[in-house]
Amino acid sequence: MAELIRVAIVGSGPAGLSAAARAAALGLSHVLIEKADHLSNTIFKYQKGKHVMATPSQLVLRAELGFDAGKRETILGLWDRQIAEAAVTVRLNAEVASITGEKGNFTILLKDGGEIHAEAVILAIGTQGNPNLMRCPGGDRPHVQYQLDDPGEYIDEHITVIGSGDAGIENALGLAADPAQGNVVTILNRSADFARTKEANVQLLNEAAAAGRISLRLETTPAEVREGELVLDTRDGQETIRCDRIIARMGSNAPRAFVEACGIEFTSPEREAFPLLSPVFESSTPGIHVIGALAGYPLIKHCMNQGYDVIEFLNGNTALKPADEPILAAKFAALPGKRSVDDWLGRFGANIDIFRELSVLQLRELMLDGAVKSFAAGEVVFERNTPGSSLFALETGSVLVEVDRGDPSRTVAIGQGSIFGEVGLISGRRRGSTIRAAEAIIVVELSRNAALKLIATSPGAARAVTRISIERQLLQIFGSGLTGEDVAELVESAEVQTMRAGEVVLAEGDEGTDIYIVRRGSMIVEKAIGGRQVFLSYLPAGSYVGEMALIDGGPRTATVKAAIKSEVIRLPGDAFARLLQRKPELLGKARTDMAARRDVNAFIESRKENFSGAVDMYSETAQFLVDNGIGEATDVLLIDETLCIGCDNCEKACADSHDGLSRLDREAGRTYAHIHVPTSCRHCEHPHCMADCPPDAIRRGPDGEVFIDDTCIGCGNCQRNCPYDVIRMDSVPPEKPSLLSWMFLGLGPGPGEPSKAWRKRNAKGAEQPKKAIKCDMCSGIDGGPACVRACPTGAAIRVSPEAFLSVARMEAQD
Amino acid sequence: MASAPRSEALPARRIASDHEGFLRHARFRWLKIGLAACFIALLGYVAADVQPRPYGGSWYGYTLGTIGALLIVWLALLGIRKRAMTPGRWSLKAWTSAHVYLGLALIVIATLHTGFQFGWNVHTLAYALMMLVILSGIYGAVVYATLPAALSNNRDQLTLGEMIAGIRAIDRQLVDATQPLPQEFAQLVLGATGEEIFSRSLWRRLSGKYPDCATQMAIAGFHSASGAGDAAAGRVEALLIRRKGQLDRLRRHTRLKGLLEVWLYLHIPATIALLAALTAHIVSVFYYW
Ligand SMILES: Cc1cc2nc3c(=O)[nH]c(=O)nc-3n(C[C@H](O)[C@H](O)[C@H](O)COP(=O)(O)OP(=O)(O)OC[C@H]3O[C@@H](n4cnc5c(N)ncnc54)[C@H](O)[C@@H]3O)c2cc1C
Ligand code: HEM
Ligand code: SF4
Ligand code: SF4
Ligand code: SF4
Repeated sequence: MAELIRVAIVGSGPAGLSAAARAAALGLSHVLIEKADHLSNTIFKYQKGKHVMATPSQLVLRAELGFDAGKRETILGLWDRQIAEAAVTVRLNAEVASITGEKGNFTILLKDGGEIHAEAVILAIGTQGNPNLMRCPGGDRPHVQYQLDDPGEYIDEHITVIGSGDAGIENALGLAADPAQGNVVTILNRSADFARTKEANVQLLNEAAAAGRISLRLETTPAEVREGELVLDTRDGQETIRCDRIIARMGSNAPRAFVEACGIEFTSPEREAFPLLSPVFESSTPGIHVIGALAGYPLIKHCMNQGYDVIEFLNGNTALKPADEPILAAKFAALPGKRSVDDWLGRFGANIDIFRELSVLQLRELMLDGAVKSFAAGEVVFERNTPGSSLFALETGSVLVEVDRGDPSRTVAIGQGSIFGEVGLISGRRRGSTIRAAEAIIVVELSRNAALKLIATSPGAARAVTRISIERQLLQIFGSGLTGEDVAELVESAEVQTMRAGEVVLAEGDEGTDIYIVRRGSMIVEKAIGGRQVFLSYLPAGSYVGEMALIDGGPRTATVKAAIKSEVIRLPGDAFARLLQRKPELLGKARTDMAARRDVNAFIESRKENFSGAVDMYSETAQFLVDNGIGEATDVLLIDETLCIGCDNCEKACADSHDGLSRLDREAGRTYAHIHVPTSCRHCEHPHCMADCPPDAIRRGPDGEVFIDDTCIGCGNCQRNCPYDVIRMDSVPPEKPSLLSWMFLGLGPGPGEPSKAWRKRNAKGAEQPKKAIKCDMCSGIDGGPACVRACPTGAAIRVSPEAFLSVARMEAQD
Repeated sequence: MASAPRSEALPARRIASDHEGFLRHARFRWLKIGLAACFIALLGYVAADVQPRPYGGSWYGYTLGTIGALLIVWLALLGIRKRAMTPGRWSLKAWTSAHVYLGLALIVIATLHTGFQFGWNVHTLAYALMMLVILSGIYGAVVYATLPAALSNNRDQLTLGEMIAGIRAIDRQLVDATQPLPQEFAQLVLGATGEEIFSRSLWRRLSGKYPDCATQMAIAGFHSASGAGDAAAGRVEALLIRRKGQLDRLRRHTRLKGLLEVWLYLHIPATIALLAALTAHIVSVFYYW
């Protein structure tokens, strides 16, 4: 194949397909290369009958191919037909191994040895990567599979799942779930423990293993696959087991290595980073263009539009406006000045410090996620104590921060080009002060995710945000009377350190005078009393530790360690001491804080003599709660099992106030000392579930609740990412008859979530698409959380960790 | 050592849920109100000094009767309140608390209303039904306050589904382990695994006594035979003992749950009967007026 074609498109997902179809329509010589034996492998692998969603709805589709919300099968069928009709050159079963050469003459080497030569390359390989393959002899036998679509499909088989990550465990549990299927399920784990697996999954697996439903083999690897059996390497030598089917879930390797091997640079080493791209999707290797999920656009519509656009650009149509132009135009329409989209983008890029490094393409994308607002002089941008995690950047004008909660007239100014609101972004906590416009202002508001993406992609923005946030945090904590100049020395010498859960920041008895500020995450403070570690207190983000040793001299009086993965700001003790010398008021404030702290220590010590049992219990309960995610919670449902009668009224109330689906599993979850942590959302400070949501449907609401809006496309990423297993995928059940007609006429299933059988019988028309559902803290419902209100005995309570993990509780108890 | 950011008042919509059981709710607010109501009713009873002797038809009798009847209707509405998840700042715990204490106060109010005049008539029937509801209610309040801790200890973080799955898993192991054993042993095991996990007898469920438990009998059967030292039989016996352990846990769970629920099967029907009798009582009183 020595022929040189104009463009080679690698990957036949929505992005690649759309590019190929456009190339075919324009008559460009092209080839679409796909490693699988069918088109669009990612969508092909969705579960059968999945309802594919077409968000964002306001975005117009600009593509040769059609796409509308609908069943997976319909969409794939349509594309297959349209690709055939458009006479697209497709090469299936062709996995690209490497891309070499330069603009005008690239050589694309395929795994099977084939070569393709092209002037330009479009990489549209998505982010799914390749599953890691079984390497042992026989690993290529047909009964080895890398995916499990429907666990209910197999009966009376001996099945071995290889790999004890979340996917493997979930598959194994699924296969063993229904004893009637009669499967004998074995799962192998290479090591003795489960490092990167969800705690809840490990617990379920251990329970299943203890109950004999699954045979769990630790420190075991496959040695050879034979027909009907599997040879295992165990710690005690080889062993052969019966095995009719192998499900290999050994993770996948992200495509990044392959992409980097093509010479393409990423914006940063972070996991969330994307390839560096020009406005025409060209990567740092000229001639190679990157589009689709790999470029950071995970929605099908975006992918398809980009496929079209990139071919237009390649074909010389540089005047093409992206399809998102009307969305941006609508966004900017409300701003004063009636400028064009390009004009506004130019201004934002030039006037806002943290946007300086961004390409026009990146800025466009950022603005799609962001909002632009204008405020008149004196208007409030946000109030102290409201939850909020968005970041604001000032394009025009300046704002005033009310630094003293007692006296609104004491303010500090933030000028044009700078940012504000970063504290909520970093610590996940409520706004620390009220901010007003000092004059007429125009701001860009970035959602938490958009801001995090910005920080991950632009090192300059990351540095600026870190510096500003340290300075502001210092001013906020040490408060009144300090100015930016006062803390300049501290800011310069400050260092951000990441702490693993359990890592010790300060050890009791150590020397040292450095001060630490909890930047994100939380800490627990412990003290050895009578040879045991006793829990003293819980420190949320925004607290500081270490000043006692600095002010009073002497060694550290307690141990401070990270409750969860956290970040602290280390401030050198000598620099802080100089500040204290200059600012006697600050010293006074620190002494007051210390006195309160000492009272707690003294209280615990005094209790230890008389009520050592109570103190131990308090310590252990605190530890249990931290282990169960309360350390990163903002608001969590607990059940006092000395009061819970197991009536499940809480679950029923939840279902009845949320479309008939309960968002809590009362019975499941851990218990210690009769405090039960049910399977229900903790509304984490930094929600894991938000990490990978293609349409950014998970957000934090006005009361601090983490909720999912109706742009959810049902991809299930959040369900996998939540370590507490509180998200499930389900569709809205049909409407139930009213309570009274149930009570007096016996109509309908009664209070609570209707049974599957009832739902099936009463389904009207097509089944609703499955979407992610989780607790929203009864947001918008007057009276607050239904679970708590509906508990007849007072067993169900919602608490914030600071309130619950405090000594006050122990005092109250005895 | 450290300082935390001062906790501030939460936005108005969030009700910080206090950690107090239904009996202690709001520092025994409804206990106090209930006691006060009893006290006032008693005081009034003495003060009104109805002649020739107190009875329901006196002005004071009517007053107490009206209060009592309204109270009963309100108490009965708990059944709806519990299930109607309407928005608003109400809590079922507060309702339960008020229900318990005002329900108890009803003993005094209604008894004084009768003026201690009982007979074989619809009036006394209503009274008796009311006392039946109240007595069952007292039982309910007592078990609500005392049994949950035991329920929690017994389930030991397991869900009911997991308990059943655990037993079923042992059953599957038993099937395999029994293969090499002779017929009569297999029969014993089959008896054990074939027995319904949930007994249909209400008495057994509530007493927790299962005199002819097939698993227990199988263990006994194996015990007398496995003295011979047959390894296979020993394995089955060990499995049976594990099964019995898990079955015991499940049965304790059903027993406790049963004790927590069974009284409602009296409390609710008796309430309905009471409402009917109460209506008859009121209608007949006005009819004969
Ligand atoms: C379960 C799930 C549900 C989702 N639901 C929706 C939804 O409802 N709506 C929505 O808009 N989005 C949804 N998404 C997101 C959407 O599917 C993806 O973002 C989108 O498919 C990305 O398109 P793409 O063209 O960039 O890459 P992909 O669709 O991932 O396609 C990449 C293609 O490249 C091929 N390939 C990879 N490497 C090579 C190689 N080396 N050589 C040759 N070929 C290669 C792959 O086989 C694959 O066919 C969902 C995602 C998931 C996981
Ligand atoms: C005439 C008086 C009473 C009437 C008519 C009455 C009626 C009711 C009704 C209708 C319910 C709802 C049950 C359900 O639907 O699940 C209920 C529940 C209950 N009652 Fe009574 N009751 C009375 C007195 C009492 C008394 C005196 C007590 C306790 C001392 C009591 C304790 C309870 C308790 C604990 C519940 C359960 C609450 C729950 O689980 O939600 N009741 N009662
Ligand atoms: S759903 Fe999100 S916020 Fe809630 S517990 Fe899971 S990760 Fe945390
Ligand atoms: S909310 Fe969850 S399921 Fe829905 S789109 Fe986001 S990550 Fe996917
Ligand atoms: S409503 Fe209260 S008592 Fe009933 S199950 Fe829920 S927590 Fe337990």
